[in-house]
Amino acid sequence: MTILSPVSLLHRPQSGAVLSLIAVLAFFMLFGGVDIGRFLGAASWVNFAANLGIVALPVGLLMIAGELDISIGAMIPAGSMSIAVVSGHYDLPILVGIGFALGLGAVVGLINGILTVRTSVPSLIITLATLVAMQGIVLSASVLLTGNASVPLDAPAWAKAIFGRLIGGNYQIIILWWIGLAAVLYVVVHQMPFGNRLFAMGGDRASARNAGIATDRMTIGLFVLSATSASFVGMCGAILFNSAQVSGGMNYIFNAVVSIVVGGVLLTGGFGSVIGIVLGTLTFAVVSQGIYFTDIDRNWSSLIIGVMLLVAVWMNNSFRTMALTHSPKKKP
Amino acid sequence: MTHPVLELRNVSKSFGPIDVLHDISLKVNAGEVLCLLGDNGAGKSTLIMTLAGVHKPTTGEIFMDGEGIRFDRPKDAADRGIATVHQFGGTFPLMSIGRSFFVGVEPVRKFGPLRIFDRKTANQTAVKAVQEFGITRIDDGDRLIGGLSGGERQALAIARAVHFGARVLILDEPTAALGVKQASHVLRIVLEAKKRGIAVIFITHQVTHAMAVGDHFAVLIRGALAANFMRGEKSREEITDLMAGGEALADLGAEIESRMGPHDGPPPQPAA
Repeated sequence: MTILSPVSLLHRPQSGAVLSLIAVLAFFMLFGGVDIGRFLGAASWVNFAANLGIVALPVGLLMIAGELDISIGAMIPAGSMSIAVVSGHYDLPILVGIGFALGLGAVVGLINGILTVRTSVPSLIITLATLVAMQGIVLSASVLLTGNASVPLDAPAWAKAIFGRLIGGNYQIIILWWIGLAAVLYVVVHQMPFGNRLFAMGGDRASARNAGIATDRMTIGLFVLSATSASFVGMCGAILFNSAQVSGGMNYIFNAVVSIVVGGVLLTGGFGSVIGIVLGTLTFAVVSQGIYFTDIDRNWSSLIIGVMLLVAVWMNNSFRTMALTHSPKKKP
Repeated sequence: MTHPVLELRNVSKSFGPIDVLHDISLKVNAGEVLCLLGDNGAGKSTLIMTLAGVHKPTTGEIFMDGEGIRFDRPKDAADRGIATVHQFGGTFPLMSIGRSFFVGVEPVRKFGPLRIFDRKTANQTAVKAVQEFGITRIDDGDRLIGGLSGGERQALAIARAVHFGARVLILDEPTAALGVKQASHVLRIVLEAKKRGIAVIFITHQVTHAMAVGDHFAVLIRGALAANFMRGEKSREEITDLMAGGEALADLGAEIESRMGPHDGPPPQPAA
């Protein structure tokens, strides 16, 4: 089967991420004295990857579609604060809090999406605006309603079991949500007609629309998915840690973009893969959290991420060029 | 009596105060190539977009098979079998041949409750469709569009339009960006489409390419139909002159000459 030959493997969007992950692990083992068995079993970087990954997946799909959503940075604290205020401060049933947190994500996503398709303003600017606006809303609302910037939440056992439990003492249950989301999106993007339309839309929006694809509806849907996913991550955090803060979340913006780009998604749209985004997220998590397992000083991790980003993008570009010029069967 | 597949009667189009198309009447029959010639800005693009349902005529009517029609959206024209292929053909360079061939109309097979994109069928159909047009070098549907030559992309786009039942094929400058050999491939494909009974509207400003395939020629100048004639009625030089605005070209020499002489006006003022 041609798909499994090494040459065509290199032509997949995720090849750069595979090589980055191997390179980073090798680097840590050779120079950091990492015990690979202990490292792979450690929960810290997997937890980190799962939280980041749930946000990175939908944002990556938006990037494939040629858009960007940075409002996720505000939607994570918005999700955790809204469930904590509704179900913690006001003591309403946890289901109301969950509904409110996810509903808020959907509403902000709708606003992002509708503004993007109705105006010619780039989605980077639109979501920058909603990012800043949501930060203001979350801070003022929590101070106004609770008089505090940090709100406790005591979730019932069943909600903790689904959204905020530690498995085996260390592993957050959100890891399973991440795997599930990745699996669903893999099928939808790579096995179903939706994916074909997504790539067409990212490649050339006007042609895709002329081919009868509902580009506006798809764009809005993707924005709803990304804001809701970010809100979901915040909500799970609040349930797990029994409290929510208005700050935090901003790191996710850059971390997600780095993971997606390392994962082989083309910044201008039309190219990328779900597996690539997952691998890019894993690579990012290994570098930023795995460094604690090494003899290397923690402060070097940003340098490694910077170098890795450049190398990965360079590799991805080369592989893409190879894929374009490659014709598998040469005539004798 | 058979009706022309597509007919324009006295179509005019203005954008605000600007008249872009003025009183255009044209017909094209099945199995006929209509070459639409004109210089840049002559209104060719506006005419195509009117035919493709992007613009609505300000006045005048469009008929298909003798029946008056109105396109509200590009999709209405596409549903009627009017397909437009643009200069660069395949517009999704990072998609595979099979995937881009079926954008929006993906073949699916059932997999449990899911409807899965049928890559194998898509690739086979796409490769077969383009090979029937004589491009046998395309034999792998997994290849990316961006790796094809300009001529192959045009061939693929035309094959796609024909596969999805185009009756009128509008080719917008298909040979403009191509070398001589590639262009001749595309011209051969135009003839193949014609042989299959498709009405082809071939837009170009390269008279040689038009002469090679055209049955019927129309020259647009500043939005008006300057000439409308059948194959063999005019020579290549006459057509070129017509496109450039006839006597205007002859006058150009004299005009340049007159500007070269000295003049008495004040020298231009330097900017403050």
